[in-house]
Amino acid sequence: MSAGATIRREGVPVVFGVACLLALIALIEVLIRIGMINPFIVPKPTDIVMSFERIIMEENILPRFFLTCGEALMASLMLSVAGISIGVLLHKSRIVRLATETWVAAVASAPLVLMYPLFLVIFGRSAWTIIMIAFVSALPPVILKTLEGLSGTRPVLINVGRSFKLTPSQLYWKILFPSALPTIFVGVRLGMIFALINIVGVEFLINFGGLGQLVNELAERYDLPGTYAAICFVILVSVLFFISTERIERWLRPGT
Amino acid sequence: MPAADPILVVENIVKRFETQDGVLTAVDDVSFNVVPGEFLSVIGPSGCGKSTLFNVIGGLMGDYDGRVTVGGETVRGPHASIGMIFQEESTFPWRNVIDNVAFPLEIAGMGRAERIERGRHFINLVGLNGFERRYPAELSGGMRQRVSMARTLASEPKILLMDEPFAALDEQTRLLLGDKVLQIQQDLKQTTLLITHNLTEAVQLSDRILVMTYRPGKLKRLVEIKLPRPRTSEIVSSDDFGRYVAQIWSDLREEATKGLKDDEARRGGEKSS
Repeated sequence: MSAGATIRREGVPVVFGVACLLALIALIEVLIRIGMINPFIVPKPTDIVMSFERIIMEENILPRFFLTCGEALMASLMLSVAGISIGVLLHKSRIVRLATETWVAAVASAPLVLMYPLFLVIFGRSAWTIIMIAFVSALPPVILKTLEGLSGTRPVLINVGRSFKLTPSQLYWKILFPSALPTIFVGVRLGMIFALINIVGVEFLINFGGLGQLVNELAERYDLPGTYAAICFVILVSVLFFISTERIERWLRPGT
Repeated sequence: MPAADPILVVENIVKRFETQDGVLTAVDDVSFNVVPGEFLSVIGPSGCGKSTLFNVIGGLMGDYDGRVTVGGETVRGPHASIGMIFQEESTFPWRNVIDNVAFPLEIAGMGRAERIERGRHFINLVGLNGFERRYPAELSGGMRQRVSMARTLASEPKILLMDEPFAALDEQTRLLLGDKVLQIQQDLKQTTLLITHNLTEAVQLSDRILVMTYRPGKLKRLVEIKLPRPRTSEIVSSDDFGRYVAQIWSDLREEATKGLKDDEARRGGEKSS
């Protein structure tokens, strides 16, 4: 198959995906215009597009966007380092794993965001309060997925390592860890979703700044097109982080 | 085979497992020798302890009675002189072909340029030149097994220990890969011990075949295969080949029947309980 044909074949799903999205937006526009959707609940997509310039120029959205991105980046780095390290530790120590695994799983479903007053007392009204709440809330999936990935390494790969007389450290870094990476990255992505939800939510709650605060302000002013435009920037943060993790995963673990 | 000093000596191996139904003897008093350059196969029905024997000889399983020695040295764990090829697909999916094959050289501390060059030699040996930069996901099952074989050969083991390496492949691929194994074994004069349940594979490749009984796995008979070398898969159509297959099958049939009945009885028991 020629290179051009390959590009065309790979480009088709992307074009189809974008076309579906545009078709959905057009459908919503039509349904609002013919009165089937109340414009006071969902603004017209064309109004949202028109409001982008206004929220960029008047609402200082770029510094807010970078603040939210920075908080998300810091929380993601912290939860990746801590979550993977704790997961490795739990995998190495059976007793610690049996003693704590259920608790970690329980914390994963606990609404830790409600503890924001405690974090406010500890870290003050700063970005660190937001980062720490996001970090703590998003940590359990990274730990659990790291543990799952390491435990799920195929025994035959471990036997290959043993047959080549690998040291325990070589066995870990040359076989167990790369084998577990796809599952660990599922955990990191899940963690980042949890983190971003908490970041935007707490920005909203403590009125600190960032995109969460802007969404709240615009909603309170009943500027619905502006609110939806600000939400688009939150989605952009999420998309940027998702693409970045995908690239990092492909770099760390090629061939998948 | 000529009477040379054995390179591998397996003496009175007994391996028992604790099960819910009591102690199960998987391998019972198995002894044999392999001389340098020899291709020896161990054949037996499913459940005769072949894979247990593979793990014991490879040093992956301890806590057994008896002794395994390689070149006079007792095996107490994985041994540098024994290279293992496993039944299941065992390439590293995150490494391309060249990096998979060069893995043991990397572990040995060889520099990248040198190990890539050495790796290419073994890739050529298994006939995968041109696929160096491909990842296992892009290869067929037979090609992936050849990558595993090249990786094990790259560690230059004195003894190649294979556990049904072509079990998951179709018959035609299996015969063709058998040719490749024969060619490599003859070129390198590689001492090889093959664990298998496949009759044609065993006769096609071996100098001697050890037939094992069904549980507990004991040695039932030793058959010397006096087919001419060098061989190819064309040998399967010869009369002598057919006679060897028939001879070994007459020994195996009784054992395979016992295994089948035992399996049926166990499943019947599970159903009624």
